[in-house]
Amino acid sequence: MSNYVYLVPLFPLIGFLINGLARRSLSRSLSGAIGTVVIGASFVVSLMIFFQVKQVGFEPVTVPVFSFIQAGKLNVAFAFLVDPLSVLFLLIITGVGFLIHLYSTAYMKEESAPDFAKYFSYLNLFVFSMLLLVLGSNYIILFIGWEGVGLCSYLLIGYWFKNIDYGNAAKKAFIMNRIGDFGFLIAIFALFNEFGTLDFAEIFKQAPTVSTATITAITLLLFVGATGKSAQIPLYTWLPDAMAGPTPVSALIHAATMVTAGIYMIARSHVLYNLAPVSQTVVAITGTATILLAALIAVKQNDIKKVLAYSTVSQLGYMFLGLGVGAYTEAVFHVLTHAFFKALLFLCAGSVIHAMSGEQDIRSMGGLKKYLPITHITFLIGCLAIAGIPPFSGFFSKDEILTAAYGKNPLYYVFGVAGAAITAFYMFRLYATTFLGSFRGSEKQQHHLHESPLAMTLPLVVLAFFAATAGFLGIPEVFAKHANWLGQFLEPVLAGGAAQPESIASSTEWLLMGISTGLVLVVVGYALPRFRKHPELEEPRGLGKWMRDKFYVDEIYDALIVKPLNALADFFNQVIEKKVIDGLVNGTGRLVQYSSRQLRYLQSGQVGAYVLLMVIGMVLLFVVQLFLRK
Amino acid sequence: MPIDNYIFLSLALFCIGIAGVLTRRNAIIIFMCIELMLNAVNLLLIAFSKMHHATAGAVNPDAGINGQIFVFFIMVVAAAEVSVGLAIIAMMYRNTHSVDINFLNRLKH
Amino acid sequence: MVPVLLIGIPLLAGLIGFSLKDVVAKSWSLFASLLVLAVSVTGLCLAKNSTNLQFSIPWMGTLGSRFSIGLDGTGQILCLLTAIAFPIIFISTWKEDYKKARNFFGLMLLSEAGLMGVFLATDALLFYFFWELALIPVYFLASQWGGEKRIAATFKFFIYTFLGSLMMLVGIIFIYWHTRNQSFSLNAFYQAHLQMTNDTQAWLFWFIFVAFAVKMPIFPFHTWQPDTYEQAPTAVTMVLSGLMVKMGVFGILRWLAPVLPVGTYEWGDTVSALCIIGMIYASLIALRQDDLKRLVAYSSIAHMGLMCMAIFAINDIGTEGVMIQMFNHGINIIGLWIVVYLIEKQFKTRKISELGGIAAKAPALTALFIIIVLANIALPLTNAFIGEFLMFSGIYISKATAYSTVFVALAATTIILSAVYMLNMVQRVFYGPTNVRTENAVDIAGYEKFVLGLIVLIILVVGVYPEPLLHLGREAVANLLSKMYIKH
Repeated sequence: MSNYVYLVPLFPLIGFLINGLARRSLSRSLSGAIGTVVIGASFVVSLMIFFQVKQVGFEPVTVPVFSFIQAGKLNVAFAFLVDPLSVLFLLIITGVGFLIHLYSTAYMKEESAPDFAKYFSYLNLFVFSMLLLVLGSNYIILFIGWEGVGLCSYLLIGYWFKNIDYGNAAKKAFIMNRIGDFGFLIAIFALFNEFGTLDFAEIFKQAPTVSTATITAITLLLFVGATGKSAQIPLYTWLPDAMAGPTPVSALIHAATMVTAGIYMIARSHVLYNLAPVSQTVVAITGTATILLAALIAVKQNDIKKVLAYSTVSQLGYMFLGLGVGAYTEAVFHVLTHAFFKALLFLCAGSVIHAMSGEQDIRSMGGLKKYLPITHITFLIGCLAIAGIPPFSGFFSKDEILTAAYGKNPLYYVFGVAGAAITAFYMFRLYATTFLGSFRGSEKQQHHLHESPLAMTLPLVVLAFFAATAGFLGIPEVFAKHANWLGQFLEPVLAGGAAQPESIASSTEWLLMGISTGLVLVVVGYALPRFRKHPELEEPRGLGKWMRDKFYVDEIYDALIVKPLNALADFFNQVIEKKVIDGLVNGTGRLVQYSSRQLRYLQSGQVGAYVLLMVIGMVLLFVVQLFLRK
Repeated sequence: MPIDNYIFLSLALFCIGIAGVLTRRNAIIIFMCIELMLNAVNLLLIAFSKMHHATAGAVNPDAGINGQIFVFFIMVVAAAEVSVGLAIIAMMYRNTHSVDINFLNRLKH
Repeated sequence: MVPVLLIGIPLLAGLIGFSLKDVVAKSWSLFASLLVLAVSVTGLCLAKNSTNLQFSIPWMGTLGSRFSIGLDGTGQILCLLTAIAFPIIFISTWKEDYKKARNFFGLMLLSEAGLMGVFLATDALLFYFFWELALIPVYFLASQWGGEKRIAATFKFFIYTFLGSLMMLVGIIFIYWHTRNQSFSLNAFYQAHLQMTNDTQAWLFWFIFVAFAVKMPIFPFHTWQPDTYEQAPTAVTMVLSGLMVKMGVFGILRWLAPVLPVGTYEWGDTVSALCIIGMIYASLIALRQDDLKRLVAYSSIAHMGLMCMAIFAINDIGTEGVMIQMFNHGINIIGLWIVVYLIEKQFKTRKISELGGIAAKAPALTALFIIIVLANIALPLTNAFIGEFLMFSGIYISKATAYSTVFVALAATTIILSAVYMLNMVQRVFYGPTNVRTENAVDIAGYEKFVLGLIVLIILVVGVYPEPLLHLGREAVANLLSKMYIKH
């Protein structure tokens, strides 16, 4: 079955082509159906491949499609790699993707038919690119998918392009990603220079023979790429702005799949990272810092999607922390659970926004519990999962990362738990402000409030089920021996590195879990009643204002990078180009003109004068010829 | 007669010609001076031709004949040039009622 | 026979074109250019050693110059590009009314003949002859049919390129005196450096390089370019930027690097540094342009810089990247010009600040244009990615320079900058709300869709399956590098 793996990306590509080329002649329901069915078909194929890969004794398979680039010793095959890691991502992408496509058919109903088809074609193209990303058997194919998802993200954020801010957000996302890609590309060149190939298997086989300094440089550059795509410090600022796109897009691209591409890439390259402890430390520290910074900003946001966006940034930080401490399986586990609960939360937010006729400010919401019962319950499950309350999925994945981090350095654990507490705080602030208390919106909005249609609630329910239970896929060793199904599944790919997290005594592990769970419960217990009774409506002051204004990071970037760059460009344009270079060129012209004007006086027009000059010249020639030559 | 005398004579003729071309303003006289210069050259050519024949004629009976042929060429060309030149001067006189070449400074513009 | 037809058809057709009526000149030139395309495709299908690909008769015997032309790998790619480009240019500007159309189209075909000659000539004097033959019609085209400041702009263009050409002529004659049997033939030129000292090669390098640097153009020889592109009629701009700038790259590949290998090695770092300065400089200036044509012009300077730099990496990967990128850049930039032309035709302005919101009114134009823009910023699965990736890889692993890592790191910043200025432009022209000018915009017509669609198709096909094009260049690159003592 794994030889048919090319079908998985092929279906969305077909969907993209149909919807993209025939969008003028397709009805809404037809293009929605095409867009959704192709993803469903991919999911079915992925599932079949999964069952094959799951069997004992499965060896990773490389499925070549055609020879892509051949030049000198560079030989890049367009080939797919089927192994447990890629199959797991296949399932996440097509599974969650299918639900979100289904949801979109209802959510985007108000668009005109061609725009509707355009939306689905972009979405299909995105899934196609994302599948290439995780299926590629070398860095080039990964990079193709990597750029492809960036492009689709750009197109979908700017989907409502008439709004200039949305367009700016799209552009910002693309450019921030490009900065990351710059690092990624140079890493690819360095890999090629070092190994003479870009194939995963070859590179990982030869990796131990290369010097640590080189590997460190390469892994750091790869990480630069990951910070762009996965919205880590310093390149995270595009993700909150990316909420300009339609909400299902935020759920699919900016929560469940694309932003985890960086994690996938590092997990895929974990052999290299294991050889570069410095890079690992950098990854872990960046992840930890991102957890805290994004969580703090999220506390004071009032836009329902912005809160979720910052929480995504923060959760991605956990994944990087996991990668940094060598807990690759745990990081991937968190990708899985996060895909469920964050997609769920975004889709719930979409349902709320749908019901509120486009309103996104939580200060005008409140008391939605009784109007949107399904959304409410599923959102609550999502909150419980992200906050890490047992036995919801987030608890398992997050705590496994934190435990592993403790094994590396207790400081990581401390900051991680602090982040978890803040996460619980802002999530329940969001929950309470939105769903509890009394309704604060306008009469008209209240009249319009309604539960969403089945096409929207069904994905919510399915995702809520997984958000609640997915944790049991990776039960830690302390609970039950050999119950960590995910760990065993991924073991052929991710295990066997030099820097496995040190095992800690099970009593310590119990203690750590107890501390974090207890802390989270206390925070929830504080936040829930507080924001139910007194939703935060007034403008924050002091530190709160800083947090609401995102610590002015955008403004700092603007002042430090954008403005000087523009000034430099202006300088080049106005001074160097016009004055210096053109001045030189025109100066040469003027010099010629000036000298000719002076020489003109020789031309008196008198034939006699000319003849005289001629004679003088002749005499001079004679003199030279007869007397001066030896 | 030694060749030097021929050379000095033709040099003197040539210089008179140059002096005439440079100093005189009357086009006809300038023209005559140019003829003078040409003839100075002719004289020189014939003298050298003769000298050459005297020294190398024993080996090559044709030696020096080129010089004589050149002279004929020059005479033919000079005749042609005179006919054109005089025509120009005649036209010039018709237009300006003068043969003073200082009026002809159109080249300046 | 093929090379003779490639030069002869446009030459004859151009000369005939001068005597035709204005109304039929357009159809005539389209027909002629399609015929050239057919011949050039035939040329691709012939076996490599076919006698039909070579042609040589005595020309100026006493000087040791023969009229010898031949179609080989390097030339094939560019001849194909030229042959594809001219019909596209003619079709896309079909509705344009030129005064004295017969002269316009006659000159266009003459420049096509000149271009073909440059790409085919295997004799230095003949190369120089065609080099000028390609330049002169363009001078007249730009100065007769151009914009308001056309005289000043074309004069600048002419002086720049002519100065370069003359220096090249001096260089060619100098090399000629050093060939063994006083011959202008390419092979004799490839042997000539054996008779020269390294110092001679070092200074001679600049004589020839300047001509090519002006054409590409390389910083600081570039200021003619934005002015000329801006002022020339768009069809001519397409010829200039899509095809003529390739003459510079091609010239280095065939007439400079293998002819003066020591000079090439010696000045590689200097030229690369100039290229990098130019790339970053042009990208930054492109950020601040309000005129669409100038923006595209500066972006072209940045892209050409990379190509030039990759040649001086002197290895197979980089050079193959240059080969394929010459084709790709030609296609992409002609696509950009077509869109600029369509916008200018419809909205009577090229100012980015006066446009906006076109996407809502002209979705087909927008979709096609965005793909071309993406190709221009080298997104994977578009053609330019293949070229740029190979070139960057080639530079990175280059053994010809000690600074390859630094070079790549600096040059690669332009992949960020190009995204910035291109997307800025897309956003301000196509997105946002419509304004007075654009609210009545209409989408493009069928034939315009066809042309742009064709370009997009080429972009995607080459981007997904570049092997045929890479294959074309492979042997030529191996040949070329063997002249430069590179052994891998």
